[in-house]
Amino acid sequence: MSDTKQNPAAEITSETSVVSRRDFLSEITVGALGIAGLGGTALTYQYFSPNVLFEPATTFRAGNPDLYPVNSVTFLQDQQVYIVRTPAGFYAVSAVCTHLGCITQWKPEADIIACPCHGSKFQPDGKKIEGPAPRPLPHYSIILTADGELLVDKLQTLKFDQVLGA
Amino acid sequence: MATTIHTALQNLRTTRVWKSIFRRGPAITNRTRSVAVFGNLFLHWLPVKVREKSLGFRAAYYLGSLSLLLFLLLVITGVLLMFYYHPAAPKAYHDMKDLRFVVSNGVFLRNMHRIGAHLMVLLVFAHMFHVFYRGGYKPPHEFNWVVGVVLLLVTLFLSYTGYLLPWDQLAFWAVTVGTNIISAMPIVGNKIRFVALGGNIVGENALLRFYVLHVVILPLLAFLLIGVHFWRVQKDGGLTVRPKDDDGKN
Repeated sequence: MSDTKQNPAAEITSETSVVSRRDFLSEITVGALGIAGLGGTALTYQYFSPNVLFEPATTFRAGNPDLYPVNSVTFLQDQQVYIVRTPAGFYAVSAVCTHLGCITQWKPEADIIACPCHGSKFQPDGKKIEGPAPRPLPHYSIILTADGELLVDKLQTLKFDQVLGA
Repeated sequence: MATTIHTALQNLRTTRVWKSIFRRGPAITNRTRSVAVFGNLFLHWLPVKVREKSLGFRAAYYLGSLSLLLFLLLVITGVLLMFYYHPAAPKAYHDMKDLRFVVSNGVFLRNMHRIGAHLMVLLVFAHMFHVFYRGGYKPPHEFNWVVGVVLLLVTLFLSYTGYLLPWDQLAFWAVTVGTNIISAMPIVGNKIRFVALGGNIVGENALLRFYVLHVVILPLLAFLLIGVHFWRVQKDGGLTVRPKDDDGKN
């Protein structure tokens, strides 16, 4: 204690501040490293999220409406979509099971859509009958182009009662 | 003949090159044996003395050592497979087929890698069960148990990432289903899946990402953790030995 009285600089430090130089510098360092770490994490996350994807197009033409008879379910394998035609009109149902993403199959003899992976079953309109699927199969946007073909957009989903009138 | 080899070895030990590599005399006393272990990078983490009981087959059933052996086998066969494999769609599938039907001894190496990987998962689980039922997670082994659990996860991730690389139907659907499990996580699930796959579908980006994880990141992590794991076994007093198996001093 006699040391501090003999040394004016140390006395000023002990009276005006409780943070020592060593603590101050280490806190600054830890803070800076923390900010740099957070920034680095954010940059790494951005780096790993691709901005441009070379994936299959999400819209496709499904051909002339006359291709699909009334009261039919047609599986388009390349697009993994069912085109369903009822007397009321058309709708497009996703064939990708909402459970874990397996491709479902249309079973005309039982009038159901069934998933081979874990046994989920759906009605032709996508509503679940049984199985582990948490949600019904979504309906995609389906419109008629100017030249009279069906156009499906897999990024847009419709409500269940929205039907493209025949 | 035998004396000739013996003399040749003794002469070798007196050469300047030998003395520069091994800075010690022959390991004939306890002290020089210890110095031999301490002075060698590959041996220095081993204890200079072990209890005879902990070297016995019953103490370990050698499950951990066999897992390490399989890991080394998988590294060697994996590196050899890399010489013929392009992580690109659809080339990956054709490369896998070429390895099976065209490349000399390719089917042997591929199957060694594939079956070895299955066996490693099996042995790691057996090792975990063995350690668990012998109380190997108790003090002073808690930390090493946690390292072991992380190593189990790394083994499973290695297995899973390797599963995609043949780029066949089995691989595609396994990863489709597996990554859809990720997206079941609330809020961040879809984002994590997107980053893990590098897209919305299991495509070229996913194949490349899984490849890099499989051949670089996860093996390095496993190598590091295996080092810590084995070092810790030695520092914690060798393999777990039940008190009644022990020399009576515990």
